[in-house]
Amino acid sequence: MAKRAAPEVNAGSMADIAFLLLIFFLVTTTIPKDSGISRKLPPIDESETEPPIIRQKNIFTVSLNNRDQMLVEENLMEIEDLRAAAVEFLDNNGDGTCTFCKGKKDPDSSDNPDKAVISLKNERETSYATYISVQNELVAAYNELRNRRALEIGAQKGFPNMNFIEMQAKLSDVRWSGNRDKLKEVIEQIQLEIPQKLSEVQ
Amino acid sequence: MAKFKKKKDGGLPPVNTAALPDIVFMLLFFFMVATVMRENTLKIANILPVANQVEKLDKKNPISYIYIGKPSDNYASKFGTEARIQLNDDFADVSEIVPFINQERAALREELIPFLTVSLKVDRKSNMGIVGDVKQELRKANALKINYTTGTGDVSANAEK
Repeated sequence: MAKRAAPEVNAGSMADIAFLLLIFFLVTTTIPKDSGISRKLPPIDESETEPPIIRQKNIFTVSLNNRDQMLVEENLMEIEDLRAAAVEFLDNNGDGTCTFCKGKKDPDSSDNPDKAVISLKNERETSYATYISVQNELVAAYNELRNRRALEIGAQKGFPNMNFIEMQAKLSDVRWSGNRDKLKEVIEQIQLEIPQKLSEVQ
Repeated sequence: MAKFKKKKDGGLPPVNTAALPDIVFMLLFFFMVATVMRENTLKIANILPVANQVEKLDKKNPISYIYIGKPSDNYASKFGTEARIQLNDDFADVSEIVPFINQERAALREELIPFLTVSLKVDRKSNMGIVGDVKQELRKANALKINYTTGTGDVSANAEK
């Protein structure tokens, strides 16, 4: 008997099977979008030490009421203007000790970025969306100053044209081939010079 | 003339669908790679606000999720319309957060415990009251690394109701 070739397998329903799997994965999975604003909560302090006295001019108060209106330093303000106001406050350099600041040196505003504190207060009825908007703008103000500083000292330390956000991204990127220790040093220096002092009133 | 009338007139030739499985498999692999399995079934409305100064959450570190939002329509009759907390698959009370964090920690390897980040997935329409309560509980549990998980976009989108 002549050898018969094996009959071809009918692959017509392969598409159906693949579709079935595809639809299963479409339904049961989500695209992860885990990014957000990271914050560190203050630990509960039970010791009875007196909190350090901060001069009023070094505090930038932002308060939100139950109708999502914002009061900045006793003045009503829109969220769009908050970033510029916060930058102006942090960058003020009232006592002249900050070498990289470009502020107005207003004696009634903050002494230097190290002493400047932003205080955020909200009501229970404040909406979360507004709160996040305000947090975002305040982080943006810090980032703006840090980016500016990074461009200045990055050029001296061998990381030209790299702002603070890019530096942080590079440091956590495993494929980046550069001097990690040096970059970490630069980032830490900037974080020390412009610390994020954001306090929330309970 | 019959010689030249072999083809039936009219009717398009059938489209070749041999490559269809390949295309579908390609889509399938894309979704298998780009997505993750749903961990929790949400019982609450959870539309996150947006922000543009966001940091990516490091996947190498353990993450616990706390969801806050208004109960979705199926549960509204039973749980009301005020924002509630969801831990894992069920509604929870504020007092359950400390045990929840301890339980999450117990499931981790010891060296990873200090890196536990709590991701707060809060619906944009919630009030800060409940968020503040949760934050206070997290401080009690000593879980201080938190992340307000948001979408990415311009903050002006948050203003619309």
